[in-house]
Amino acid sequence: MKTDLVAELCELIHLTSTDLPLAVEGKIRAAADSEVPGSAALQALETILENIRLARQNSTPICQDTGTPTFYVHYPRGVEPAAVTRQIHRAVELATAQGTLRPNAVHALTGINTGSNLGDDYFPLIHFTPTADECLSIDLLLKGGGCENVSAQYSLPDLSLNAARDLDGVRKVVLDAVHQAQGYGCAPGFLGVALGGDRAAGYSAAKEVLLSALDEPNSDETLSQLEKGLTQDANQLGIGPMGFGGKTTLLGTRITALHRLPASFFVTVCYMCWAYRRRRLTVSGGQVRYE
Amino acid sequence: MPRELHIPLMDEDILNLKVGETVRLSGVIVTARDAAHRWLVENIIHPRKPVSPEEQAIVDDLKRLLQHGVVYHCGPVVTGVETGDYRVTAAGPTTSIREEPYQAEVMRFFHLKGMIGKGGMGPTTLTACQAEPAVYFHAVGGASAVIAQTIQQVMRVHKLDFGVPEALWVWRVSQLPVIVTMDAHGASLHEQVRDRSRQALESLVIINRND
Repeated sequence: MKTDLVAELCELIHLTSTDLPLAVEGKIRAAADSEVPGSAALQALETILENIRLARQNSTPICQDTGTPTFYVHYPRGVEPAAVTRQIHRAVELATAQGTLRPNAVHALTGINTGSNLGDDYFPLIHFTPTADECLSIDLLLKGGGCENVSAQYSLPDLSLNAARDLDGVRKVVLDAVHQAQGYGCAPGFLGVALGGDRAAGYSAAKEVLLSALDEPNSDETLSQLEKGLTQDANQLGIGPMGFGGKTTLLGTRITALHRLPASFFVTVCYMCWAYRRRRLTVSGGQVRYE
Repeated sequence: MPRELHIPLMDEDILNLKVGETVRLSGVIVTARDAAHRWLVENIIHPRKPVSPEEQAIVDDLKRLLQHGVVYHCGPVVTGVETGDYRVTAAGPTTSIREEPYQAEVMRFFHLKGMIGKGGMGPTTLTACQAEPAVYFHAVGGASAVIAQTIQQVMRVHKLDFGVPEALWVWRVSQLPVIVTMDAHGASLHEQVRDRSRQALESLVIINRND
């Protein structure tokens, strides 16, 4: 197994920040076909598509807000999380100096920006999961503050929305979250939704479910139907790209269900902007692969 | 065809603009977001302690740049910060509503004719847009590469101690693409879309409310 991965991690960060996955771009292109010619909605989508092309061509960030760089590491026996952490920190620092990431780590009390994107144990954010597989995989998600700010958590029953502890209640609060978000989350967006869990697990899982493949159907038939229904319903709201009004408010929904306490039924909605920046690095022996 | 406007903007330009109109902006703009707006209101417009000569020099420069000018709610990615050979690689808008507590006062202080940002702003800013007159220009959120490409020159930067995203960057831009979403006649596309989508939401989900 290759052990010094700083260069590969720099490439992972670079790819994630500058080269939007084709599956995401395809969804945006399909949305553009459905908007009315001459509308503000279509103009916004055309600008977005041009932006994706330019960022890829010039190797510059798709969006200036590169968020809290969030890594998901699945590590086999023999790989030390502490060593991977050090290498991720080094790669983040280098990518920031090169202008691939914006320096985003700001001290909560003093407001001082560290300038390096290195803050504390939560910045950058690194999740470690041991795996029985032979290979090491590292997913990176870059998600800016605009959409992070409109993510939301509901506790069912929610009396103000008449939302009970059932799938219809889930539907109500998720659509409320999309309505509250308007264009602030840089619509058209993607939703990661977690049902159940405690509050912290809900937020964590709602974000992590955004790593699943875009067009792979949910293995749970009930959740799969709910995903499709929520995306369709959200697109009836007319919020549109950037909140300008229009047909495309959401490009997709992914849902995961966690066990919950008898007393708690949280529904957590993680809003991801159109600039759905995620990439995976896999290391297997001497082989390195980027997806 | 988009309307082409040059900064500094005339009142006549502003009064002619209506919500939904596409504009290409050219001229000098200054980025200002959370730290800058708060600093301007609390340390400059209503100073609790004497304004230092260094701060006064910055304010004098900003007054020249922003008289009938435009601020941009943006925290860019900039390389060359150590050497001063600045290059902006990503420059999309940030969410403007966070400046709602400050914006109207900043508009009046500098005689701004517009703000560029995303997501729109609230009733206090909308009222101030009618009084000045001024408008809110919406840039496409995340369109960092498209907008960075319109920057012809990084003229200077103020308050870099706020950090790269929060500093006040002075740029000469050419044909920056925006859409008017709040005009000087009291119209806000954001209010219109919010109201319509609220009705749509109620017909989708709250229609079966028991009360």
